[in-house]
Amino acid sequence: MSAVLSPLAALGRTVLAILAYVGRIALFAIEAVSHLLRPPFYWREFGNALIQIGWLSLPVVGMTALFTGGALALQIYDGGARFQAEFAVPSIVAIGMVRELGPVLGGLMVAARVASSIAAEIGTMKVTEQIDALVTLSTHPMKYLTVPRMVAATLAVPVLVGVGDSIGIFGGYLVGVNRLDFNAAAYLKNTVDFLELWDVVSGLIKGAVFGFIVAICGCFFGMNSGRGAQGVGRATKAAVVAASVMILAANYMLTEVFFAA
Amino acid sequence: MITLTDVHKSFGNNHVLRGVTLHVPKGQSMVIIGGSGTGKSVTIKSVLGLVEPDKGQIEVDGRDVHQGDRDAFLARFGMLFQGGALFDSLPVWQNVAFRLLRGALKRPRPEAREIAIEKLRRVGLKPETADLFPAELSGGMQKRVGLARAIAAEPEIIFFDEPTTGLDPIMSGVINELIREIVTEMGATTMTITHDMTSVRTIADRVAMLHDGVIQWEGPIGEMDAADDPYLQQFIHGRAEGPIEAVR
Ligand SMILES: Nc1ncnc2c1ncn2[C@@H]1O[C@H](COP(=O)(O)OP(=O)(O)OP(=O)(O)O)[C@@H](O)[C@H]1O
Ligand SMILES: [Mg+2]
Repeated sequence: MSAVLSPLAALGRTVLAILAYVGRIALFAIEAVSHLLRPPFYWREFGNALIQIGWLSLPVVGMTALFTGGALALQIYDGGARFQAEFAVPSIVAIGMVRELGPVLGGLMVAARVASSIAAEIGTMKVTEQIDALVTLSTHPMKYLTVPRMVAATLAVPVLVGVGDSIGIFGGYLVGVNRLDFNAAAYLKNTVDFLELWDVVSGLIKGAVFGFIVAICGCFFGMNSGRGAQGVGRATKAAVVAASVMILAANYMLTEVFFAA
Repeated sequence: MITLTDVHKSFGNNHVLRGVTLHVPKGQSMVIIGGSGTGKSVTIKSVLGLVEPDKGQIEVDGRDVHQGDRDAFLARFGMLFQGGALFDSLPVWQNVAFRLLRGALKRPRPEAREIAIEKLRRVGLKPETADLFPAELSGGMQKRVGLARAIAAEPEIIFFDEPTTGLDPIMSGVINELIREIVTEMGATTMTITHDMTSVRTIADRVAMLHDGVIQWEGPIGEMDAADDPYLQQFIHGRAEGPIEAVR
């Protein structure tokens, strides 16, 4: 009997531990937002975070979108050919990119690049007593470290997603025109005609939520880093894993909400 | 001015502080000595609220440190961390002038920079150091930048955690003099942790020895050599034999 139950018990413990983490991250997020509403706001830190999170992520997000758009065009052409629907390539590439792949892949790439670096930086600050030093210098670590990164990520990731959407559609266009013999003008017209404003906006909203998740996970695991280099390593890994899983979960939930609307 | 009463602190099964009681009078320099790992750093961190004691009371000016406005409370303190704890994303001068660049003590940047350079000079660092990043400095230089940061806003109460470890004898002398000056000229109240007996004799008005989680001996520096506490005597003479066991 116990041989049957013990894996279940282990599973139960894991689920409980994950739920406890999600709860702690949620409380951390609420605290961060409450600090945003109370001065001071550190503009200089915010500017740095914008550059780190937004500007320097552009190449990664751009490349991801370009290749994904191209591959998407090939796949849809191939799949569409089975029921004579090759003509749908431009619009499906556009809709798929803008509503789903742009925000999700962009969010995941930002999670890999930004959640890890935030967690490692703040974790190192924790283990070298820099966070304690901040406190003794009358500066709240939440306001100085978390809030600027949270705001910067929430604002920057939608912009990244927007740029990624365009680049992804362009990738589809390149493949469509050069490999699949679409007429350039017809491809563009087809893209624009079937794309609705809400498609784009819903993707950008997803981007904002994902940016928020990335910054909160990076800061949370950094602030709660264990001692020593090993502690920082663990915090970094946990931040990327948590941010990625939460992005995928949030994506599903947001899609349900948008679907119902 | 600073009073600790029966302060206890454990980390898991490691009972570090087991009833520390200590009083530091206003304008005096208290030096804390004691073996490595006895909880000296934990003691001063608990005064600042960086470590939450399990039991006991800590008062500054008769007021519990956990009550009242924390920003106003911390604004009275300066702290040199054992490891320096410099912000490695900021150049040296912004580290030193950190308090002067934001918050209640904020001043124009050029003025803050000037003050930072002056404080760096006092700890024996050239103005060129100001624009370097902490990672570009040697360990001893980082320590001195940390010292400059602790005194930059001229706080009333300053804690120095091993200010002279990692410094050459001449620079140690300079830093000891500086700490003494801060107490006598600025009238600051200080707590200094050190293993260096020369520092103890230069800096201290009073000496407290922490051992086994309690203050083993406390008294004016003048009485230290004549005191008949065997622990204290073993420590200040650095003997391997005595009541304090050195695990080998
Ligand atoms: N955050 C912490 N978590 C767990 N244990 C800790 C923590 N901080 C300190 N300790 C433990 O408390 C004890 C005392 O540490 P502390 O840093 O106060 O020693 P110390 O007297 O300053 O020693 P040293 O002279 O070597 O600096 C050590 O055994 C240390 O392992
Ligand atoms: Mg120490």
